[in-house]
Amino acid sequence: MRTDGNDFSRREFIRAAVATAGAAATLKLSAADTITLPFENGQRPLVKYPQKRPLIRHTTRPPQLETPFSVFNENVLTPNDAFFVRYHLMLSPPPPGLLKPTSFRLSVGGSVKIPLKLSVAELKQQFENVELVAVNQCSGNSRGFSKPRVSGGQLGNGAMGNARWRGVRLKDVLNKAGLGAGAKQVTFNGLDGPLLPQTPDFIKALDVDHTLDGEVMLAFEMNGDDLPWLNGYPLRLVVPGHFGTYWVKHVNKIEVLDKTFDGFFMSAGYRIPDNDCACIEPGTTPAKTVPIRRYSVRSFITSIADGVKLKAGAETLVKGIAFDGGSGIKEVTFSPDGGRTWREAKLGKDLGKYSFREWTIDFTPKNAGALELQVKATSIKGETQPTEARWNPAGYMRNVIETVRVEVA
Amino acid sequence: MKKPGFVLLTLVVAAHAADKWELPKETAKFRPGPKVEVVVANCSLCHSADYISTQPPMPRKSWQATVDKMRLKYAAPIQTNNVEAIVSYLTTTYGTSDVK
Repeated sequence: MRTDGNDFSRREFIRAAVATAGAAATLKLSAADTITLPFENGQRPLVKYPQKRPLIRHTTRPPQLETPFSVFNENVLTPNDAFFVRYHLMLSPPPPGLLKPTSFRLSVGGSVKIPLKLSVAELKQQFENVELVAVNQCSGNSRGFSKPRVSGGQLGNGAMGNARWRGVRLKDVLNKAGLGAGAKQVTFNGLDGPLLPQTPDFIKALDVDHTLDGEVMLAFEMNGDDLPWLNGYPLRLVVPGHFGTYWVKHVNKIEVLDKTFDGFFMSAGYRIPDNDCACIEPGTTPAKTVPIRRYSVRSFITSIADGVKLKAGAETLVKGIAFDGGSGIKEVTFSPDGGRTWREAKLGKDLGKYSFREWTIDFTPKNAGALELQVKATSIKGETQPTEARWNPAGYMRNVIETVRVEVA
Repeated sequence: MKKPGFVLLTLVVAAHAADKWELPKETAKFRPGPKVEVVVANCSLCHSADYISTQPPMPRKSWQATVDKMRLKYAAPIQTNNVEAIVSYLTTTYGTSDVK
């Protein structure tokens, strides 16, 4: 929601929308400015946004930008200028004028003893500052690979990123406000919003116990800098191990409720089949659904792209990442032969149980021919990746064992 | 008395990186097709054309479900007598070619 400037922004957005929708396209992007994701209708432009390097643009208004996958081989922390962007509603991102230190305030209200109104500077001063490395993965990450295909953002594997977040504990802020005796859930709303007042606003809810776990954070920094505009400046929620839908950007309104929140983006959107695999027979409808929560375990090869040519007899250091919903990575295994044989990879530095975990393994392809390289992670709580992709109607939670096809010559 | 230099410094401090943030211009447009003007008028109020053009080819019933979702869940002000035109445009312009 917006607290001020609403009418002005609305008019501005409508003007822009009408002007651009009527205009003929004049810009034709050259081949170098596009990327083709490996599924039907997968061609996308690479476009530069403020504070960002050129990213894979899925949509313009509101913007959805994906990280080119090669970025994940650069560093275990995803650079801010390459971090993916996902918005839901027309008035997104909020105009910079609403986000400046002089205008932005976080309010904490609802079922609390003392309602709070705080600037980011006051948050920094009044509460202990803490840091945590955590993966933020979009619920729809990898949706483009769903078979059969499903509607929604047709993302490749780059709607995820790993960053060092700095902020204050949500728990400390809520305790200062003092929770009411009947507090059940807490809702989070940011300054992005719908064009029409009757369209549901993007508001998310967490159970009170979760908000008090000492890990959920109100973050103002990412990898040592202010949050980028398109990643939630000046304040966003960080919900370690949980899908990005909960990481509300530009968060300016926290409300404590004595009941379960029933807004659209909890009660109808972002839901998965209510079973252990979050999956159903492809093409069917689930009998019962629940809100999406934690990441399933995933792993990727980052140093070798699909279609690369390797030299027979030459030793290669294969490198990649693995993560899960917060138990941590126990083991990563690598297969050079499409899953027939597996060898254990060496795990890299442990940056915490919510972080990407790097892994490496030496590999020497012996004979010429086509090879399928695969990687499989097992979490500390014992979860591993399936050999066949699971399916659900929204295209969430993909974590099939990934395969990279190479040619050895 | 304020010196001119002091005033200038104040202005510099008041400027913020956010002042330079501006989104790229919207260039995505709807493909030509039957009654495209109805689609532009109804759909582009809330989102750009690439929300449609990036979808996989989908059968009519999926486009119908999408338009219903926009109307009923997101409260898009689409008049019921325009629904058929929008669904037909989406199916013939962006959908599968062999749909019934």
